[in-house]
Amino acid sequence: MSQAVGINFKKSSIDALIAGFMALVLFGPIVGVVLDGYGFNTEFGKVAWMIAAVAIGRFAVSSFLQTEKGIAMAFRYANNNDGVEVLPPGHKSKMVWVIPLVIVIGLLVPFIASKYILTVIILGLIYVLLGLGLNIVVGLAGLLDLGFVGFYAIGAYGLALGYENLGLGFWSMLPIAAIMAAVAGAILGFPVLRMHGDYLAIVTLGFGEIIRLVLTNWASFTHGPNGVSAPLPTFFGLEFKRRSRDGETFHEFFNIPYDSAYKYMFIYIVLFAVVWAVLFIKHRLVKMPIGRAWEALREDEIACRSLGLNHVLVKLSAFMLGASTGGLAGVFFATYQGFVNPSSFTFFESALILAIVVLGGMGSTLGVVIAAFCLTVLPEMLREFAEYRVLMFGILMVVMMIWKPRGIVRVTRTGFAARKGVVK
Amino acid sequence: MSQENILAVENLVMHFGGIKALNDVTFDIKRGSVSALIGPNGAGKTTVFNCLTGFYKATGGKIILSAGGKETSIIKVLGEPFQVTDFFSPFAFFARLKYKMFGGSHLVNRAGLSRTFQNIRLFKEMSVVENLLVAQHMRVNRSLIAGILDTKAYRKAEEEALERVFYWLGVVDLVDSANRLAGELSYGQQRRLEIARAMCTNPEIVCLDEPAAGLNPSETEALTKMIRVLRDEHNTTVLLIEHDMGMVMDISDYIVVLDHGEVIAKGGPEDIKSNPKVVAAYLGAEEGEEVTL
Repeated sequence: MSQAVGINFKKSSIDALIAGFMALVLFGPIVGVVLDGYGFNTEFGKVAWMIAAVAIGRFAVSSFLQTEKGIAMAFRYANNNDGVEVLPPGHKSKMVWVIPLVIVIGLLVPFIASKYILTVIILGLIYVLLGLGLNIVVGLAGLLDLGFVGFYAIGAYGLALGYENLGLGFWSMLPIAAIMAAVAGAILGFPVLRMHGDYLAIVTLGFGEIIRLVLTNWASFTHGPNGVSAPLPTFFGLEFKRRSRDGETFHEFFNIPYDSAYKYMFIYIVLFAVVWAVLFIKHRLVKMPIGRAWEALREDEIACRSLGLNHVLVKLSAFMLGASTGGLAGVFFATYQGFVNPSSFTFFESALILAIVVLGGMGSTLGVVIAAFCLTVLPEMLREFAEYRVLMFGILMVVMMIWKPRGIVRVTRTGFAARKGVVK
Repeated sequence: MSQENILAVENLVMHFGGIKALNDVTFDIKRGSVSALIGPNGAGKTTVFNCLTGFYKATGGKIILSAGGKETSIIKVLGEPFQVTDFFSPFAFFARLKYKMFGGSHLVNRAGLSRTFQNIRLFKEMSVVENLLVAQHMRVNRSLIAGILDTKAYRKAEEEALERVFYWLGVVDLVDSANRLAGELSYGQQRRLEIARAMCTNPEIVCLDEPAAGLNPSETEALTKMIRVLRDEHNTTVLLIEHDMGMVMDISDYIVVLDHGEVIAKGGPEDIKSNPKVVAAYLGAEEGEEVTL
């Protein structure tokens, strides 16, 4: 290793040149050509700056990796074990302390945060629900579902259309939408049970698109692209409006001045409670026989069948429970927006939810929560970068996949203390 | 059909397109015996296994499993095609429809037959204990409500399942590796874990597909002892495919020899050893030499 120390500047320069060229290919069309009406302006200066930054950065990294420290670091990265780990029996999770803290902070948020921040957090929580739902299907049962947004749409339109046609409010639609989405999950699940992997992904992709196209084109029922308005939740029958057509409103009842933030505060608190309930159920499910069966199905379907597990029911249960969580998220989305239309349920949403599950770590609950917040709150924070937002988002994902290919949070498995074996 | 035979295979035929993998295979397996299915490569041993365990739907013939106090036709539970007479008898129609929709190899396991695989199929990213817990899926409390609320009955069922897990880990000598990932185990340990997993489903007959493949002589010795434990202490019938003749002759009570999809000999180890047809199948007959029994 004696010749390794000492920087080979020629190699670094070549690296920098290659990186600069790649940056030219990537940024040239995106940044260098700006549309202006029917024509376009070329901005060579900006592109030159970006390429220079990339090339200098690459040169610095390349040089650093040739020093002793850099070699040591690269070695550490090459050897870090990101795989699954079995916890020792009787392991006490640090979450025992973190969870109460998060609950307290979470309950304080609506009274501290501004209305804008509150809406961003609500969106984050909705994606947490979506992520948890898809995590059952993709992370635990290993069924690649690219049409998850279909269930989200069923929940959202369920609330809007249920209110319009049947007069059902938020509280009655919350469980009904979950059941509706679960039934839709079963309907989708049944014909595709014999497929796995890529074929399943394509069928589910089609399902998501079918739902969106039906919502767009069945104008007499769904009002097509014009969308439908959705009702707000009520607080024991009190509405969160400035004026109510029938009965009292929230601010009149409590004799406080009207504030449009009240409804967001209320949605936030209900959503917060629902997210915790789903987290708890999810936490129990993975330890229960059904959760084990899902994971076993992901690992080896043939072995599952040889052990007497009905793979049809195991897959269906994963689809249904995942879908019902997606339906819940849809109801919250509709009530939070006050309006739904088909453009909210495009394939991009499905891809985003899948990204949450993959980034968080397949099957990891904590990872999904963190990833959901990152992927929804981050784009909001990146608003200042305007048109580079999606680019930065993409770079972040690429970097994540290089350094943490198995997700943010390492998947752990419970350990069991040895006990006396008895057979009955 | 006597209670003496746990498994009766009659005129089993399996065709893959034009290839006749099995031709009229007939044999019985006695309850409480250790039986072996042997034959040269490509003789159709694994095909017989896959038919028995419900992974292939046999083209013809009958497989009757008498376990758990009743007789199960393995071909029927996989779902047979409809026949004309079904359309006149609603009862038969719905019975067939039920198996067509919800039937499958899992019903064979529930009827009391479990198996292991030639190329080990463990749940690699789950711990050793969890592998054995999954196998007890049909015996634990599966109620969603009870599980989410963590009721007493649920906890009791889980505890019993864990006790069974550690019993079987003791039998296959893996207690020290209980909290490791199944995929991290050595090859021999994985083989043993797979047998333990098959036994956790509480079968009356267990089919082992080449259990000694890739094991060293001392591990094979330990495996032989384990198979005896299964038979003597758990009244489990064992059917195995094996190429290690030393082991087969050592533990088997009954041997069925297959060649080119046909049974060429069956009987005790001594008969098989001296059977000229078997010797010819393994070593090849001299040109022109007619081998007859």
